[in-house]
Amino acid sequence: MNEAIQTQYNKAPNRKLYFITISIIILALLIWSFIGVDITGLDQKGTGLAVNIVRGIVTPDLEFLFDFSTQGVPYLLYETIAIALLGTVFGSLLAIPISFLMAPSVVSGPVAYITRLVVIFIRTIPSLVYGIMFIRVTGPGAYAGVLTMSITSIGMISRLYVDVIENLDRGVLEAMTSMGCTTYQKIRYGILPQLFSSFLSTTIYRFDMNLRDATILGLVGAGGIGAPLIFAMRSYRWNQVGSILIGLVVLILLVELFSNKLRSRLVSGTK
Amino acid sequence: MEETVYDKIFKPKTYTLENGKTVKQRASRTPLILLLVLIATYASFRTTGADLSLLLKRGNQFFVIIIGMFPPNFEFLSNIWGPLFDTIQMSLLGSLAGALVAVPLALLSSSNIIKNAFVNGFFKFFLSILRTLPTLVLALIFTFLFGLGTMAGMLSIFIFTSSYVGKLMYEHIENVDMGAFEANESMGLSKVEAFRYAIIPEVLPTYLSVSLYAFEGNVRYAAILGYVGAGGIGLVLNERLGWRDYPSVGMVLLVLMIVVFIIERVSEYFRRKLS
Repeated sequence: MNEAIQTQYNKAPNRKLYFITISIIILALLIWSFIGVDITGLDQKGTGLAVNIVRGIVTPDLEFLFDFSTQGVPYLLYETIAIALLGTVFGSLLAIPISFLMAPSVVSGPVAYITRLVVIFIRTIPSLVYGIMFIRVTGPGAYAGVLTMSITSIGMISRLYVDVIENLDRGVLEAMTSMGCTTYQKIRYGILPQLFSSFLSTTIYRFDMNLRDATILGLVGAGGIGAPLIFAMRSYRWNQVGSILIGLVVLILLVELFSNKLRSRLVSGTK
Repeated sequence: MEETVYDKIFKPKTYTLENGKTVKQRASRTPLILLLVLIATYASFRTTGADLSLLLKRGNQFFVIIIGMFPPNFEFLSNIWGPLFDTIQMSLLGSLAGALVAVPLALLSSSNIIKNAFVNGFFKFFLSILRTLPTLVLALIFTFLFGLGTMAGMLSIFIFTSSYVGKLMYEHIENVDMGAFEANESMGLSKVEAFRYAIIPEVLPTYLSVSLYAFEGNVRYAAILGYVGAGGIGLVLNERLGWRDYPSVGMVLLVLMIVVFIIERVSEYFRRKLS
């Protein structure tokens, strides 16, 4: 190494102590967590199953994968998309008033704080618990899934919406006031154009996430592709598991690609 | 201005400026998008059998369980600690191991570190595939392989974390300014030394912050892994829900909320310090 550089680098503040402390903390946490998790290896039965699973995924049940009746993978995927879409629509509509109530620049401090606490409470309850609660309302099926998705979307969407609301460019509004615009005009031409694309971008992102989450709602009977997946696993029909997983992976990859394209367009504003 | 099919159907508005130039304004695409969203929403209504009047009629049923949770059963607290620590420990171990494995995966995916398009493409695709598999489904598969318990939960968290951190890191590494690296190399440093002094200082804070964020999410997610038998507090939650012992369910959720809140605050504090 060049000597001049060496001396320059030696001048950099010495943060060894800092790094050593952090390493010790992390190491301690690692050891502590090792104690808690009972590490088990694959036994004879597990190895056999692993081989079967891989074989099932490599040779999927093609008839099931391309069965376009209501029993086949395409329809189940379609139902999952419908749950995620409707859940996102409801969730983002509900999030609009909540996010305004969460924004300290719109409402008074205490109100914003209380709304934040409520949202934290809503967010902590696991989605599957919501699923069970909503099944009491609607009975098992996709509708319970839709309601679950709506509630679980609120937390993240409203948090991101608040950031947008807080970062609104107020200069535009001042300029419009000085030009004598009415309140309606200020909202329509000053506020909405600023909010719309960011809100939309957040909503699309959440749809992407909801699609992943909607696949597990079937566990509690709230519709979607989760239930057939679990039935297939519990009865060791690995070929069907393979076809469902392949359908899922392809769908999620496509939606992710599509949503990334849309969002980068929305953010940059170019066509 | 490039004319697309849409512009041919809905003609752009033409304005003539004072100096005689004409400017075209595209017709807004909002109505078309709105129409598509409406159609998709309608189709989803049909498919899922969503019915808002049912919600009005039976909506109160939703609150039966919530009301049943109050007051929480504080005596149940002693049964919660064990599974709770299991949950934290398995998400901690999974996150730590995942974050470590994410480093080589991210480096192999970054086109400015490994200059081989095939290797980059392969690992990027590999990370995407891993990320598409829902954690709960992975946990379910692992319970078949490794038996019921925290091992299955830990492994599924590990896979999720390595794919999540890996993806965010390669995106960050690819955007690092390579000027400093080249300058170091031209001054006679070896590739490894240049990497140590030019890339690592720039990437490390993001890496730590992303890993912390992943851990934060993992704790919340690990709470439901017990549903498929992958250990932790989800097992207790599932069992109590099955027995309709709602005061205990309320207690579990309360403890979970406090723990998640504390972990989020601590991690947020460190993440703010890092950036």
